[in-house]
Amino acid sequence: MVTAYQAAAAVVDPELRVVTVEELGILRDVDIDPTGHVTVTITPTYSGCPAMDVIRADVTKAVQAAGYPDVSVRTVLTPAWTTDAITEAGREKLRAAGIAPPGPAVRLTLTIRCPRCGSPDTEELSHFGATACKALWRCRACAEPFEHVKAL
Amino acid sequence: MTSVDHLLALADDALVAAQRLAEWCTNAHEMEEDVALANIALDQLGVARLLLTYAGELEGEARDEDALAYLRDDREYRNCLLVELPNGDFAVTVAKLLFLSAYQRPLYEKLAAGDDERLAGIAAKAVKESAYHLDHSALWTVRLGDGTAESHRRMQAAVDEVWPYTHELFEGPHADLREGWLSTVDGVLGSATLARPADGWAPTGGREGRHTEELSYLLGEMQVLHRAHPGARW
Repeated sequence: MVTAYQAAAAVVDPELRVVTVEELGILRDVDIDPTGHVTVTITPTYSGCPAMDVIRADVTKAVQAAGYPDVSVRTVLTPAWTTDAITEAGREKLRAAGIAPPGPAVRLTLTIRCPRCGSPDTEELSHFGATACKALWRCRACAEPFEHVKAL
Repeated sequence: MTSVDHLLALADDALVAAQRLAEWCTNAHEMEEDVALANIALDQLGVARLLLTYAGELEGEARDEDALAYLRDDREYRNCLLVELPNGDFAVTVAKLLFLSAYQRPLYEKLAAGDDERLAGIAAKAVKESAYHLDHSALWTVRLGDGTAESHRRMQAAVDEVWPYTHELFEGPHADLREGWLSTVDGVLGSATLARPADGWAPTGGREGRHTEELSYLLGEMQVLHRAHPGARW
C-alpha cells in the first residue's frame, strides 16, 4: 500500500518534469489527522511560480488515488525555499535531462559545467530562462545552449 | 502593527510594476530580454498576490486578491508614482527598474527581520528575487551608460527624467533606506559613467491615491476583463 506521503512525494513537477516535488525540495510535510484528513504542505520556489496551482491539483489527485479522499494542500513561505533543498538524486536527474543543477546558494563563482559534454568552458546568455527558476547558458566547447537552475 | 495601507503600498508597487514590465513581452529588442522582463514581472506579481491576500484578510471586509486588484479605482491605489510612469524607451524602463529594485531589496530585507511574521515570510522570499532584478537593471544601466555616445545620451536622459519620482519612495516609514539606496545607485551610475541628477522637484501623492493619469489607463487595461465578466476565471 502506498502511504499518503509516498503518493504526494511521487508527484512530478509540472515545469521540471524530470524531478518530483520531493526531489525539488518543495514538499514540506504530509500529515494525517485521526479523522483521516490529509494535509499536504508545500512551498513555492519563486513567489510568482505559475506552477503552484497545477502542483496543488496534482498532489490532491495523487493522494486521493492512493485511498485518501479527504485532502487539503497548504502553502507555506517560511523558511523560504532555496535551491540547496534540491536532493542529490534530483540534481542527478536534472543533469541527465540536460539541465545544469544549481551550485550552493551562497554565491561562489563556480563554473557551471555543460550538462551535455561536461566542459567547464561555458557562458551565461541570460539570467532569465523559460521558467522563473532557470537561466540560459551556452557551452563554448560543444556549442550547445542549455538551461541552468540558478542558485536561490 | 502592520496597517492595511502599508500592505497596499507594498502590494500596489509590485502589482503596477508587474503590469508595466509585462507590456514589454513580445516587444523587447531581443528574445532574452523579453523573457527576462516577463520573469521579473512574474516575480513582482507573485509578491503582489501574497501581499494583497494578506491585506484583504487584515482589512476583514471579505475582499480577496482579485477584488483588491480588479475592483479598486485609481484613487484607492497606494503605489508610488515611479512604477506607473510609462515604459518610455528601453532606457527609461531600465532606470525605473534600477531605482525600484535598489529600493525593494533593502526594504524586503528590513521587513524580513520585522515583527510581523507573515509579512516577514513574504519579504524573505521576495528579497532573493529582487537581488536578481537589481543585478539585471544594473548590468543594463552600465551597458547603456558606458556604451555608445547615443546609448549614453539616452540612459542619462532616462535617469534625469525618472529621478524626481524616486523621492516618494522614502516618504513615510522607509526614509531610513535612502542612504543605502543612494550608495547602491551611485555605485551603478558611476560604473555607467552617468551623472546623478540634482535633487529638486519631488512629485508625490501616490500613497494617498493621487496619481498621474497614466495609472488610469493602466488600470483600464488590467481590469477590463474582470469588470466586464465579474468572477471570470481561467
